[in-house]
Amino acid sequence: MRAPMTPARLEIDGLSLSFGGLKAINDVSFDVKPGTITALIGPNGAGKTSMFNCISGFYKPQHGAIRFDGEDVTRTHPPLRAKMGFARTFQNIALFRGMTVLDNIKLGRHAHMKTNIFQALAYFGTAAREEMDLRAEVERDIIDFLEINHIRHMPVAALSYGLQKRVELARALAMRPRILLLDEPVAGMNREETEDMARFILDVKEEWGTTILMVEHDMGMVMDISDHVVVLNFGQVIARGLPGEVQQDPNVVAAYLGSGDPAALMKRLAAGTSGGAEAA
Amino acid sequence: MRIATANETYLADEALLRTRTQWAWLGLFALVLVAAPFVLNNYWLYLACLVAINVASATGLNILTGYTGLVSLGQGAFMAVGAYTVAWLSQKTGMPFLVNILAGGLVAAFVGILVGIPSLRVKGLYLAIATIGASIILQFVFLNWSSVTGGARGLAVRPANFFGTSLTTYFQLYWAFVPITVLMVVGAANLFRTRIGRAFIAIRDRDISAEVLGIPLLRYKLMSFAVSSFYAGVAGGMWAYFFRAVGPESFTIVESIFFLAAIIVGGMGSILGGIVGATFMTLVPEILRFGVELASPYVSNAGALLSPIRTIAFGALIMLFLVFEPQGIAEIIQRVRRFFHLWPFKT
Repeated sequence: MRAPMTPARLEIDGLSLSFGGLKAINDVSFDVKPGTITALIGPNGAGKTSMFNCISGFYKPQHGAIRFDGEDVTRTHPPLRAKMGFARTFQNIALFRGMTVLDNIKLGRHAHMKTNIFQALAYFGTAAREEMDLRAEVERDIIDFLEINHIRHMPVAALSYGLQKRVELARALAMRPRILLLDEPVAGMNREETEDMARFILDVKEEWGTTILMVEHDMGMVMDISDHVVVLNFGQVIARGLPGEVQQDPNVVAAYLGSGDPAALMKRLAAGTSGGAEAA
Repeated sequence: MRIATANETYLADEALLRTRTQWAWLGLFALVLVAAPFVLNNYWLYLACLVAINVASATGLNILTGYTGLVSLGQGAFMAVGAYTVAWLSQKTGMPFLVNILAGGLVAAFVGILVGIPSLRVKGLYLAIATIGASIILQFVFLNWSSVTGGARGLAVRPANFFGTSLTTYFQLYWAFVPITVLMVVGAANLFRTRIGRAFIAIRDRDISAEVLGIPLLRYKLMSFAVSSFYAGVAGGMWAYFFRAVGPESFTIVESIFFLAAIIVGGMGSILGGIVGATFMTLVPEILRFGVELASPYVSNAGALLSPIRTIAFGALIMLFLVFEPQGIAEIIQRVRRFFHLWPFKT
């Protein structure tokens, strides 16, 4: 059966990232506990995707640290992070359009495979064996699991949006994730697709035991499946806790809906701070 | 109409050829390859050898440009490196043909890696210009490093030595070149059944997310350059044994454009496309010559028109394919296949 991957703990410690004068992330700290689903939410421009990009290694934060099971990975090269067990999906689907579903999924395993160029040219011994083992494993653990048997040989460009998102999750699972980073897994999906995806994410957590960190705007889905919620606004953490607690938090309500208090708004504008956190 | 093929093992499902029809086509093709030298006259054998050389080089460029998405106009220069290496080795050592050709490929692969270094920073048009720059530098080296390259006069190449036999006739060279090219094409097809080929395609489609998925970009881009220029070097080595002389004028930028055109016409990112494209582009002048011969009784001075017609047709073909069939001849073949698979239903 599936090789058990120990879920990882992710610690974000005092992370700051700025682009010129703009502080996208300002001294953010939070923990993602092993084997749980943590949701990172916040209004547009709150720094969620920047946070993700720091975690997967696109951006180099100026201050602070990202620790993966206690190991500092803040400056680790992205391919190495993949090998350590970071897997992610992208907000605007980053499947490889020139490949079939199956090849896209198999690509996820790249960092864990050993075939070198000479073996690849000959497709003999190690190369063929490794490919066949991978195929069998992908079929058994991922394609069946995510119910995408019927599309495995199709080019990804021909798939519906919802299925593409599912294939992207499949590819992330093929990476042998110890932490799964999902960037808006249900954005743009209809209700049925959203429910399917939510179920798959819960199944991943339960059957694979993987640690999951996700960014998501669909509050219903976030509140339903997360164990822990972290709310960002203007690059800062304004609330954290259980889904129910966060929902009631006045800071969060203010960040999403405005405080509903014109006096507070005027005060905030006069003070020149754009942050909802201090004002509310 | 073809009903879905049922495979019982994953190995069968991922084989290069999956259906009986495909095996039948391959058998037919192999038969033609074996029978050809006994049927063709010397001139057509000459063309067949040239096709074999060009298919090897075009397949190499297809790995780099078609599959990895790195546009190169240096394929001619890499072939020249292979050709010069073989010429030099044939003069200075008595080493067998296969060793020299392998050496030509390896030296070209090394040069390819050096030329590929800018590819981490630049891509698309900019990389194409960078590879032209590298070609110019190599051209300069060929012209001025006289002690090794023979300067402007170039080098003569001793006949290929195959276990004591000198390969001099086109018939002999055909039997040397075609198996080498077949091996190289099969190697390229195999490459794209493994993690390395997938990594190349990933870099072409989305290089940034490829990196997050665990593919070190520099390493794989350089690997693609190395494989591609190895193919070019081996093709250049065969070229040297074929024409028996190598000079600075042997491989110009036009040669590089020829290979880029071949994979565009054939189909980028398709092994079949590289084969068909190189064959087609090599034979186009012959088809035109045939046309001119047909026209000669009616058109005065038809022979003098051949050269300009050839040049214009060459350029026009590239443009027409870019506009009307950007996926190349390989896509046309796929369409025909689909038609027969679905017949009598409409596609």
